[in-house]
Amino acid sequence: MQKSNRDVWVGLFVMIGAAAILFLALKAGNLLSLSFEDTYSVSARFDNIGGLKPRAPVKSAGVVVGRVAAIGFDTQTYQARVDINLEKRFTFPKDSSAKILTSGLLGEQYVGLEPGADEKNLVAGDAIKSTQSAVVLENLIGQFLYNKAADAGSTEGGKK
Amino acid sequence: MSWWRPSDVGFATRVKLADIGRAARLFTRLCALFLAALRRARLLVDQVHFLGNHSLAIITVSGLFVGFVLGLQGYYTLQRYGSAEALGLLVALSLVRELGPVVTALLFAGRAGTSLTAEIGLMKAGEQLAAMEMMAVDPVQRVLAPRFWGGVVAMPLLAAVFSAVGILGGWLVGVVLIGVDSGSFWSQMQNGVDVFKDVGNGVVKSLVFGFTVTFVALLQGYECQPTPEGVSRATTRTVVIASLAVLGLDFVLTAMMFSV
Repeated sequence: MQKSNRDVWVGLFVMIGAAAILFLALKAGNLLSLSFEDTYSVSARFDNIGGLKPRAPVKSAGVVVGRVAAIGFDTQTYQARVDINLEKRFTFPKDSSAKILTSGLLGEQYVGLEPGADEKNLVAGDAIKSTQSAVVLENLIGQFLYNKAADAGSTEGGKK
Repeated sequence: MSWWRPSDVGFATRVKLADIGRAARLFTRLCALFLAALRRARLLVDQVHFLGNHSLAIITVSGLFVGFVLGLQGYYTLQRYGSAEALGLLVALSLVRELGPVVTALLFAGRAGTSLTAEIGLMKAGEQLAAMEMMAVDPVQRVLAPRFWGGVVAMPLLAAVFSAVGILGGWLVGVVLIGVDSGSFWSQMQNGVDVFKDVGNGVVKSLVFGFTVTFVALLQGYECQPTPEGVSRATTRTVVIASLAVLGLDFVLTAMMFSV
């Protein structure tokens, strides 16, 4: 089969299409952030995870060190159970603490990991003991209003 | 034909069923002819050239303008809530998930589907298909299969080009023209767009639409009345049926893919 002029154009078309898919995957999508590093899995229990989603980043000092693998519900303690995959090259002390934080005011939620001071490091299957739940706006507002009302009540009581 | 006489209703049902049966048989034959179409690569390449390359201009220009409009409209809405940085995410998600595959399929039906129908219909009207059969050449294999697979190959590539150009258009309007921060434009996009769930499903969608549009066009051409009037009616039907099928299928696919 001999080549023709048309092959060039069809080849160009297919290459442009492939380049477009590549562009979507690399520049628009998160293919670059997919890491194929070896990971080890630890878990943490939170009272409230807010809007945390699987594949959310786990950051320590602002650097992504792992990702949330799965989120479940523990029927024994009635807490949320979050499985975290940490990259092998990052090790953390056993008494590290996990918080659920929000990037920016309306940004996505992620898990913040703060290293502790223990000699031993976290190994696969460990549980992070000290955790801090996500801030729920409704609870905050409720508490604020409750405090306000309590203040108003006490000052009125003082006048009498 | 009246709808209260059992014989007429029965006849109409039978005709419809026969139509569906013929369509299903043609579809399975075309799918089974994939390897045969690959073996005659020359014909397939010609069809990809005709359906793909010639549609590239309209797809690129429409993608660019859809991206422009998304950038403008998205910005006006988002900045009300003080989150203009999410513009990149909005533009990318709406293009990759919906607008890319759907608008490309609609344009493809108008640009390439109609010419397929008219070509096959005129071949039928000129008795070229019958002549081929007389020479023991199977017209489905020689004429229809390369066009079918050419369309199926071209459609996802065109949709990807549409989405990519659209994102560039949104970037042009959002970042260059309006002045949204370029870094957060791309980083919000990369955080929110999943390669497999969003980009991958968009490609699957456009593949399904490629099957749909090309098959509708070929079926209408193959089954048309072999008269000038019949060909013109078949061409119109191609656009109407293909567009409706794409929009309907899009809803079903979206519900299946993104419902979780």
